[in-house]
Amino acid sequence: MDGNPTLEQIARGNGLALCAAGSWTAPFAPVLERIVAEAEALSGTRPNISIDVSAVAKLDTFGAWLIERLRRSLTQGDAEATIAGLSANYSSLVDEVRRVKDPEPAQGGGLGLRAPVERLGRSVAGFVDTIVGLVAMAGAVMAAMLRVLLHPGSFRLTSTIHHLEQVCWRAVPIVMLITFLIGCIVAQQGIFHFRKFGADVFVVDMLGVLVLRELGVLLVAIMVAGRSGSAYTAELGSMKMREEIDALRTMGFDPIDVLIMPRMMALVLAMPILTFLGVVAALYGGGLVAWLYGGVDPDAFLLRLRDAISIDHFTVGMIKAPVMAIVIGIVACVEGLAVEGSAESLGRHTTASVVKGIFFVIVMDGVFAIFFASIGM
Amino acid sequence: MAVEQADAIIRVRDVTVRFGATEVLDKLDLDVKRGEILGFVGPSGAGKSVLTRTIIGLVPKVSGQIEVFGVDLDAANAKERRAVERRWGILFQQGALFSSLTVAQNIQFPVREYLKLSQRLLDEITIAKLGMVGLAPEVADRFPSELSGGMIKRVALARALALDPELVFLDEPTSGLDPIGAGDFDELVRTLQRTLGLTVFMVTHDLDSLHTACDRIAVLGDGKIIAAGTMAEMKASQHPWLRSYFHGKRARAVVGSNTGVV
Repeated sequence: MDGNPTLEQIARGNGLALCAAGSWTAPFAPVLERIVAEAEALSGTRPNISIDVSAVAKLDTFGAWLIERLRRSLTQGDAEATIAGLSANYSSLVDEVRRVKDPEPAQGGGLGLRAPVERLGRSVAGFVDTIVGLVAMAGAVMAAMLRVLLHPGSFRLTSTIHHLEQVCWRAVPIVMLITFLIGCIVAQQGIFHFRKFGADVFVVDMLGVLVLRELGVLLVAIMVAGRSGSAYTAELGSMKMREEIDALRTMGFDPIDVLIMPRMMALVLAMPILTFLGVVAALYGGGLVAWLYGGVDPDAFLLRLRDAISIDHFTVGMIKAPVMAIVIGIVACVEGLAVEGSAESLGRHTTASVVKGIFFVIVMDGVFAIFFASIGM
Repeated sequence: MAVEQADAIIRVRDVTVRFGATEVLDKLDLDVKRGEILGFVGPSGAGKSVLTRTIIGLVPKVSGQIEVFGVDLDAANAKERRAVERRWGILFQQGALFSSLTVAQNIQFPVREYLKLSQRLLDEITIAKLGMVGLAPEVADRFPSELSGGMIKRVALARALALDPELVFLDEPTSGLDPIGAGDFDELVRTLQRTLGLTVFMVTHDLDSLHTACDRIAVLGDGKIIAAGTMAEMKASQHPWLRSYFHGKRARAVVGSNTGVV
């Protein structure tokens, strides 16, 4: 009974009957579409055409709509096509699809040049919006900070400690491992190339200055942006999606105080700690390679290091750390709060959070380099 | 009973589901017959959604057997499972629409996956399905985040019905709808059941739905089916939970307003 669907053409007087049979259901929809398209070509050839569906074994929305579509395209001018032999339990289904309006043809896109210009304009405006958003968030965080200073009791210590555990304590192993490895690599490369000039021992100077001033803090900042910045954006973004942030607002809480301040504080505390640990690990790794690969024994390494670096190098690195934390935190929170309803938007903003975070960290590092050079540190 | 069993579209036997130490379902038996609308009720947290998700295969069971369309889903290979999945549609409690796709793309998603159709027919079918669930064609280009709660339910039903399934699971379809919308929804389920010969497995708390839409009611409690039968049988039952559920204040209001009509 559930045979392949067919549509037979039978001449009846001056009219034509299209006899449908078989299963007019979804699994056969591709076949049905072809059959119906062929039959639509008959439009206007006969004065009256009827579609006989009495032999249809099974009918569902797909079949019903295709029959209705056939009826519509065969109905032109005076030639009214009719549907005959409809059984009682299928008639309500056909009535249902009869109410479907013909879809309007899709409107064509604009001129070729318009879209790229529009996109360019939007991205420029988007960049300005980003800067405004970051400055606004920085202002809001600062205002929240002042409120905390005036009313220390309102500071959310528990939440801050929780985030500190997430972004600092749990990040220690990976941060130390990666800075250790980078320290090793820098020392190995230094020894390999300096050896040509017989200047092996200067690798200690290079390692010390590079790691303390630049590498330590930059590496840690990039890792924190990737690890914690993205987490902040995803957390805040999914809270935004599920109206949790709106709920907080309606209860009289400021999301900046409740959600963003603890996260920012945790990050500002975590970055210097992680940077310090990272620097230590990198120097250790470098020293190890210098000893095992370069033949500089640990005592000589330490002696050389003490001569090569001053407290200034260390201070320069550590001063940058909390600033980097603020940059990463603000970018992450702005992106998190910018998430809209869809999962795609969450993904886009999390990506943007990491990319922008790392970009601004490097820009800030450049600004610091100029600043410290001009004050002679 | 033997005849009825032969016609069961879903057969659940001795199913036990445990989360950690808590036993949610305990040797549960349930039959859903072809062409009926089964209302599934029970106290909150009794495991109604768990049973639904177990039947669909989203929650693993400790023991027992589940047959859908006569296919044992544990024994079935990937191809047989896909064939079964093509024949059912599921309306999740929160809609579970794909948030990065438009309404039209959401409805076309399963169709595109299983059938090779022209874009024109896909668009027409989408409008037809939207019309069936009482939505205007203009909704098709919106994203789920731009829809109201009731519209999300309707779009989700349209997606569940996209492939004209034989069996539909509805998880609290009328919760969050206004009474008129809920009434329309019940009517819609009834109409679809009549025209498409649909079997409906409906988890609900809506007494109106139970009255107007359901042929049979199954009640879950303590991990088992306490009772299953028609509305009249439910009302006659002496079980304390059933008594308070079907004879409580809210129930009386519904029954009172319905007696004139039904």
